[in-house]
Amino acid sequence: MSKADAVAAILWIGVTLYAVFGGADFGAGMWDLLAGRGERGERARALIDRSIAPVWEANHVWLIFVLVVLWTAFPPAFSAVMTTLYIPLALAALGIVLRGSGFAFRHALPGPVRGPATRVFGVSSLLTPFFMGTVVGAIASGEVPADGGGDPTSSWTGVFPLVTGALFVATSAYLAAVFLVRDAGAAGDRDLQRYFARRTLAAAVVAGAAALGGIFALHSDARFVYDGLTSDGVPLVILSGICGLGALALLARGITRGLRPLAVGAVVAVIWGFFVAQYPYMVPESLTIEDAAGASATLTEVIVVFLVAGVVCLPSLGLLYVLSQRRALE
Amino acid sequence: MPDFTFPLADAGSNLLAARYQMGFTLGFHIVLASFGVAFPAVMLIAEYRGRRSGDEDALRLARRWSKAVAVLFAVGAVSGTVLSFEFGLLWPGMMNRFGDAFGIAFAIEGIFFFLEAIFIAIYIYGWKRLPGWAHFWSGVPIAISGIGGALSVIAANAWMNTPDGFSVGADGRVADVRPLDVIFNTSTFHEFVHMWVAAYLVTGFLVASVYAVAMLRGRRDRYHRLGFLIPFTVAAIAAPVQIVVGDFAARDVFEDQPAKFAAMECVYESGDDQAEHLGGICTDGEVKGSISIPGGDSLLAGFSTGTDVTGLDSIAADDQPPTPTTIHLAFDAMVGLGFAMLALAGWFAVAWRRKRDLPATPWFLRASAAAGAAAVLALECGWMVTEIGRQPWIVHGFMRVEDAVTPAQGIWWVFAFTLLIYVGLGLMAGVVLRGMARRWREAEVAEPELEAPYSPPPTRAPEAAP
Repeated sequence: MSKADAVAAILWIGVTLYAVFGGADFGAGMWDLLAGRGERGERARALIDRSIAPVWEANHVWLIFVLVVLWTAFPPAFSAVMTTLYIPLALAALGIVLRGSGFAFRHALPGPVRGPATRVFGVSSLLTPFFMGTVVGAIASGEVPADGGGDPTSSWTGVFPLVTGALFVATSAYLAAVFLVRDAGAAGDRDLQRYFARRTLAAAVVAGAAALGGIFALHSDARFVYDGLTSDGVPLVILSGICGLGALALLARGITRGLRPLAVGAVVAVIWGFFVAQYPYMVPESLTIEDAAGASATLTEVIVVFLVAGVVCLPSLGLLYVLSQRRALE
Repeated sequence: MPDFTFPLADAGSNLLAARYQMGFTLGFHIVLASFGVAFPAVMLIAEYRGRRSGDEDALRLARRWSKAVAVLFAVGAVSGTVLSFEFGLLWPGMMNRFGDAFGIAFAIEGIFFFLEAIFIAIYIYGWKRLPGWAHFWSGVPIAISGIGGALSVIAANAWMNTPDGFSVGADGRVADVRPLDVIFNTSTFHEFVHMWVAAYLVTGFLVASVYAVAMLRGRRDRYHRLGFLIPFTVAAIAAPVQIVVGDFAARDVFEDQPAKFAAMECVYESGDDQAEHLGGICTDGEVKGSISIPGGDSLLAGFSTGTDVTGLDSIAADDQPPTPTTIHLAFDAMVGLGFAMLALAGWFAVAWRRKRDLPATPWFLRASAAAGAAAVLALECGWMVTEIGRQPWIVHGFMRVEDAVTPAQGIWWVFAFTLLIYVGLGLMAGVVLRGMARRWREAEVAEPELEAPYSPPPTRAPEAAP
């Protein structure tokens, strides 16, 4: 494995963490939007608040991490993507602004302003992962030329990018529902637990359908990645399928133990399946990881920074987690 | 859609739109970033005082300020995310060729940013879950990572002014990167210290101004006095320091960035014995309507009227900053406001020495209330000097902004929309903070269960995070 490959793997770790944690965050916003007005809807919303309030910004740090590593370690890839897919990227950035402020403000502002802020939060939670998905889909289907400046609209409005957008939305909703099932269980709210279990199931069905549709679209629009996914990537695809079905089986029996690792495993396996499938490309069929890699000393620096970040940040995150589980002193 | 395009909708105009867009979003973020750097320290000073002498008022201030810190950090994180998109969306040419040098400092910034986010949450959770001094110490990493983050970002900006630590390969891209030289380039030190102290000035005066207004409205109890005194003292200490630091910074700019310095001081003809122009308009090779101090500029730049100062005439027309008047006036405004803040700090110091109290006249509080806005204005002016003074370069001497800007059209529309959203955001942030203040006032005795980002829920429930 070359140094550039190692940094690409670091980038992919960032992508994975963002997809799982950021995705669950977006999904929670979607469930918030769909929770309706009734008493139970309010209860669901309160649970969502409790679940994401302590970590909501920390989750999105991963996006900044991905962007910074991409432009620092693979500058031509960053520039090629940005000059082609600027429309969905700008819309995703807009979604992030609205979502973040909607959440912050509805927390700090009770009363009449809460309603609109809540809806802004919900709608942008839905749109942001969709546009991110179209970006990923467009990259996978080889729509981004090496020098950038690809078609600003047709590049991401093909079948595969749109299906990927839908898949991102469904997956985010799925992950969030799984986490919320667990949180409702921990809070001792059996009713809400069933409520989110049903939603997990619904999201799983939609995500599964989008994934199946995605495979067909992949076959016609993104042949390189399709071939990779059906050769070197097969073990990961199978792993993802096993995890996904296992999670469904647990849900059907009303078991919540082990649900989260299985659900997360299903998503993570697909993400790494794509990494394997598009290897050695950073941007399929136009820029390989080696070609896109920046200066050697910079790659070393990124690896060092990543290791230091792991050593410094993980214990801090652990401390926050322990503290959030601890009872108040008084 | 009606056939309407923005005036001058050509390539040059697109560049202008991109610069406005970047400038505006950065100008918004820089205020929040200043709070991120300095507010945690102010909050910790209050907690330290509270714990040290059992001062309940100080502890209450620290508790409330920590929630304001969280709100401001949350908004700042969002506006910072937008900036990382914009580097690619607006300036892909620069990122393509220089991303692996420019990004080095940003990669490090990520660690500090993450740490700051985590420890803000720990600190807020900790109010009810960490005993006494342990809680104080849980806040110290916030202040430290704020400083580290500022150093990283400023290093990246300084690198654009005085790029170092790389060579350009045959393909026009960066090669042979030396990370330490990139980070610690010629301008890093003075830019960082100047910005760091500025963050304390902005936070100190702006927070103090809130309590100054409250005191003017008659809430002169100990709590409000302390809420004024802690941040005001921080800013009052920072004010004289900033004058000295700024003087050093200007001399560094004189030595390393002659074109910027010439525009700041409106120097057209190179030579010694340059006059210092206060105000005025730089046009047609001369300064109009300024107050001139003969020899003043040479004296300030090199401690002697015989100091040679490079004028704009020694810089190729293509390489000159396009709007010297803006740079010159922004520089003068920043310096003028800096001295006004210094005077306010001096007034306070004299009164405090004499009678251990604030100056009795309401004019002192009125001036203090205005000082918050003045500090922000000075910050924006100083930042404009740095950024506009670098034009037409994006990486000085290596790449022009016109070669870095995106070919994508429609940036005027994006800019118009951004203006709308950010003005809305700014208003909302103001309403939220005022709302907090109002509810705190209404519940003078019992601390209301106020929800803020990162805060634990009002009633005990598991807050397991996804």
